[in-house]
Amino acid sequence: MRTKIIDTALFVLTWLFAGVTLLALLSIIFYILINGIPHLNPSLFETQFTTENVSMFPSIVSTIIVVALTLAFAVPLGIFTGIYLVEYVKRGNRLVIFIRSTTELLAGIPSIVYGLFGMLFFVVFLGMGFSLLAGSLTLSIMILPMVIRTTEEALKAVPDGFREGAFALGAGKLRAVFKIVLPSAIPGIFAGVILAIGRIIGESAALIFTAGTVAQIPEGLSSSVRTLTVHMWVLTSEALHLNEAYATGVVLLLVVLLINTFSAFLAKKLTKG
Amino acid sequence: MYNVKEFIMEKIFLLCACTSILAILLICWFLFANGIPAIFEIGAANFLLGTNWTPMQGGEIGPQFGILPMIVGSVYFMLGAIIIGVPIGIFTAIFFAHMCPKKMYTFLKPVVNLLAGIPSVVYGFFGMVMIVPIVRTLAMRFTTHLPGGATGMSILAAAIILGIMILPTVIAISEAAMRAVPKNYYEGALALGASHTRSVFFVMVPAAKSGILASVVLGVGRAIGETMAVVMVAGNHARMPIHLLRGARSLTANIVIEMGYAAGLHRNALIATAVVLFVFILIINITFTLLTRKSV
Repeated sequence: MRTKIIDTALFVLTWLFAGVTLLALLSIIFYILINGIPHLNPSLFETQFTTENVSMFPSIVSTIIVVALTLAFAVPLGIFTGIYLVEYVKRGNRLVIFIRSTTELLAGIPSIVYGLFGMLFFVVFLGMGFSLLAGSLTLSIMILPMVIRTTEEALKAVPDGFREGAFALGAGKLRAVFKIVLPSAIPGIFAGVILAIGRIIGESAALIFTAGTVAQIPEGLSSSVRTLTVHMWVLTSEALHLNEAYATGVVLLLVVLLINTFSAFLAKKLTKG
Repeated sequence: MYNVKEFIMEKIFLLCACTSILAILLICWFLFANGIPAIFEIGAANFLLGTNWTPMQGGEIGPQFGILPMIVGSVYFMLGAIIIGVPIGIFTAIFFAHMCPKKMYTFLKPVVNLLAGIPSVVYGFFGMVMIVPIVRTLAMRFTTHLPGGATGMSILAAAIILGIMILPTVIAISEAAMRAVPKNYYEGALALGASHTRSVFFVMVPAAKSGILASVVLGVGRAIGETMAVVMVAGNHARMPIHLLRGARSLTANIVIEMGYAAGLHRNALIATAVVLFVFILIINITFTLLTRKSV
């Protein structure tokens, strides 16, 4: 009798807590959508930012540029590292273990510490100032572990037969990697890169002290920019533009939704193919 | 000629692989070289155990740099996040791994994955407009005897938001750990006459113990490192926390709030705060590695 009560209690608790998780998520999404969509005025998308229209258009452009630049730094670096770790060294190699533990440590460092480091190193020491370049470089170190890990996993998933086949046909190691192994690992890497894009878009603490908070369409690598998340933070901390902050939240949520759907779609395609 | 190309490319790959080591070294160097001297200048005990953080104070006493209030604040936020996030996260993971009907799973899992993608600023904003007003009504009722106004920006509000934020980490890793438990454990339990619920909770979940614990540790890492969401809901008073319904400041918040205008020793004291944060994360990382290594 008692076991039955415990059983039922645990069963109910499981459903209840799963419900709480769902409820938390849905309340965040709907609260922001309901309050934000009515404030998506055309004036929020004017090309010039003024204190009156608090346009988010420059921030959207800046975000896209930051994403592109960060990926340009981090993706080749991450993919090459992954190739080295999976294709070139034997398992159990000390260097590999060392590199893997440093990437794990990198992945655990809080974004504000990245921001501080970016400020000390890129902004002050290398004299870049609050700039697009400093921000993107900081973020590229931040997403590097993510790119490395997904590349490693994607490469490991390629059957050894592919490599052996390439070698049997007389291909060198390099040729085998670039013509055979890497192309079949691309979808997996791509899914990881999309998640990394999500992380870049969502980042704010690492950017405030590296890219600054100037709301403008960047003129060059050295101009200060304000990404969408930083824009939302500035709006809320000024406390005058709550409605515009809601609207920015809507745009951010839509982007997240898009990214997650796309990544899930790719992952599904991978497991099927 | 061919071999030269192979050789050069291999070295390039090796060089790329070493960038993460270089990055760690640079981060450590720039934090420690600025932070450690500051800790010595202030005095390690004064810095870590001092309860006064008054960097702009003039006069005879001068500025004081004690970060104990922020350490205690961070620990409170972390504990709050654990109390709220961990039970919900683990039960949700159990639900996903063992209880959820398959059709529901294919729909629900991507939805819950969304939680991981929401920017921390959005969490913070949600906390500010939704959670904080609720806490404010509680604070006005229960904390009127305490000094200062009850704004609702509080440890509780931060704990709730952080609890939600660590959910995706806890759920994903716990679920993976539970799925890695061999199916015949479950079948064995059923064969011995246990019900489905009993087999899940008394055989499958204990078998995934170390993975679940690892998920909690990683969640704690996320909670301690979170900055923007905490800044937006925690009130950020740089003094010892006095009540669950009143404000507190975390280590991360201390950096982000004051870095913009800090100079001299004040600036280096903030970098030293980051060093303390870094040590916290190091401890968490080592714990996580030990936990996951044991399970493999």
